[in-house]
Amino acid sequence: MSIITIKDLHKVYDGTQVEVHAVNGVTLNIEEGEFSALVGPSGSGKTTLMNMLGGLDRPTSGQVMINGTDLSQLKDSELIDFRLHHIGFVFQSYNLIPVLTALENVEFIMHLQGIPSAERYARAKELLEAVGLGDRLNSRPGQLSGGQQQRVAVARALASKPRYVLADEPTANLDSHSTENLLDIMEELNRKENITFVFSTHDARVVKKAHRVIVLEDGKVISDEVRKKEVVNGPNE
Amino acid sequence: MKTDLKLAWRNLWRNKRRTIITIASIFFGVILSTYMTSMQEGSYAKMVENAVRFYSGHIQVQNEDFWENKTINNTFVETDSMKAKIASVSGIQLVVPRLESFALASSKQLTKGAMVLGVDPEKEDHLTEISKKMVRGKYLKKGSDGILMGETLAKYLQVDVGDTLVLLGQGYHGINAAGLFPIRGIFKHPSPTLDRQLIYMDLATAQDFYSADHLLTSLAMLVNEADEVPYIVNELKAKIHSPYRIMSWDEMQPELVQQINGDRDSGAIMKVILFLVIGFGILGTIIMMVAERRREFGVMVSVGMQKIRLAWMLIYETFIIGLLGILSGSLAALPILYYQYFHPIKLGGQAGQMMVDMGFEPYMYFSLAPKVFTFQVLIIFIIIMVISIYPFASALMLKENKALRA
Repeated sequence: MSIITIKDLHKVYDGTQVEVHAVNGVTLNIEEGEFSALVGPSGSGKTTLMNMLGGLDRPTSGQVMINGTDLSQLKDSELIDFRLHHIGFVFQSYNLIPVLTALENVEFIMHLQGIPSAERYARAKELLEAVGLGDRLNSRPGQLSGGQQQRVAVARALASKPRYVLADEPTANLDSHSTENLLDIMEELNRKENITFVFSTHDARVVKKAHRVIVLEDGKVISDEVRKKEVVNGPNE
Repeated sequence: MKTDLKLAWRNLWRNKRRTIITIASIFFGVILSTYMTSMQEGSYAKMVENAVRFYSGHIQVQNEDFWENKTINNTFVETDSMKAKIASVSGIQLVVPRLESFALASSKQLTKGAMVLGVDPEKEDHLTEISKKMVRGKYLKKGSDGILMGETLAKYLQVDVGDTLVLLGQGYHGINAAGLFPIRGIFKHPSPTLDRQLIYMDLATAQDFYSADHLLTSLAMLVNEADEVPYIVNELKAKIHSPYRIMSWDEMQPELVQQINGDRDSGAIMKVILFLVIGFGILGTIIMMVAERRREFGVMVSVGMQKIRLAWMLIYETFIIGLLGILSGSLAALPILYYQYFHPIKLGGQAGQMMVDMGFEPYMYFSLAPKVFTFQVLIIFIIIMVISIYPFASALMLKENKALRA
């Protein structure tokens, strides 16, 4: 079952001299439970496509449907609300709120959702324990390593119980150990809870773990390879 | 809201030094502005009190034509009904009856126009405290046939206590008014104008001199609280109609009102400059706060925070800065002003002498009136409101995809 349907998506930026087609006629279906990687060189349109998949940017033409909702039909405030309830985000630079502790950062999303305090605390604690940070609940981002911050970011992305997580180069600033650790956590969440993950990445380690690799070049999909989970997960298990 | 406030509070202390400097600018601005305002208002209150005590009282009831045409014919009788009406108005401390007219004062070859004021000596002294200004002789007693006169006038006419003064004028309805009056005392009136022309006489003696039995030209009143004058005037106006007129001190002394307003305006220019400096200081801080957290705002909106909520959070931050500055500034200013209120600044040298010559005490007085503080709070509040437009608009116009790349 498709969780994301992309139809003939275009994004054109007005350059100083010429128009730039950052995304040029992309059509894709992403199935529920996929662990997919969007790869391609710089300027291939990965980030622009990710922004439109997350409702952070609007296409020039075409359609992004998530669980049957056409994002282009939503007003700004509805789009923000949609993101809050349906999409989890993991950013390249962690982007945690520096004045909040790890626990509060995870709780923040649930607070925006209006979830009661006790429930928020319990779930945030559970998520941080799940990413191996049960002992760093009250640490602020500045007191955590890059890998730990990115794990908090994953926990935050999952706080709203989304069925779909977008991760924009999540391992770009991490060392190999932290990368492995983070990918294992996300893969486990994908396997156990059937959460759909879409990564944009340059990182071969992420590509290696992905069940589907979509290659972009000049805003177009030039390759779309689906791998079997068993093959990918086999050596690690 | 609790979480948003918590976030706002913590965000403020991300850059402690900057926040403290911003709060300090408001703190010192509030102290300076409060000090200036307190000194101005204290001085104005003293000027008004002096003016009221010199002569006019806070309020007067007159014949409706007397102010424009100050003749002995524009008089009235203080009836029991009027007394009852005035007594029914609360806040009036003292009612002083007067019969005021002009006469020529002569001694030997010298003559000068004088203002003759027939008064109830006891009541008048409560209002103008002339007995404290006596330089020679004794203050009037009720029923006295003598007069008191200003020192400058006495000097001009070359008379002193014990001499007799000739007064010649026009009595009620054109009857000649002429008489010889022994000088019982000489006073030094703080107002040079009044010192040059004022003669006090017992009310009954004055009514007899002007053939104006039982007639008055005014009832001067002293109220308990000067701020209540407008309300008392309104109440009196509602009860006492034509052919009487109710006048407040500011109507009777428009030049004093102009002087105070002129001084307030020049003070206001200073305060505008002061508050502009403070305002731009706060704005600078807020612009920096918004600029350096653009990516963070992008993240917050990306993960689901509505822009309007983000905008409010930024407003809380701006208001917390303002509130801390106002509160700390007001709290620090309070003991300083409290001290100055009871220990006004004595003016020395020429400035002090000039005030003495004008009949004022040579002190800079301070006010502790609530408006001294509320004014600053209001101004800073307005500045904060205006400044808040910037972060508010920045949040509402945020493009999350661009902010994430900031």
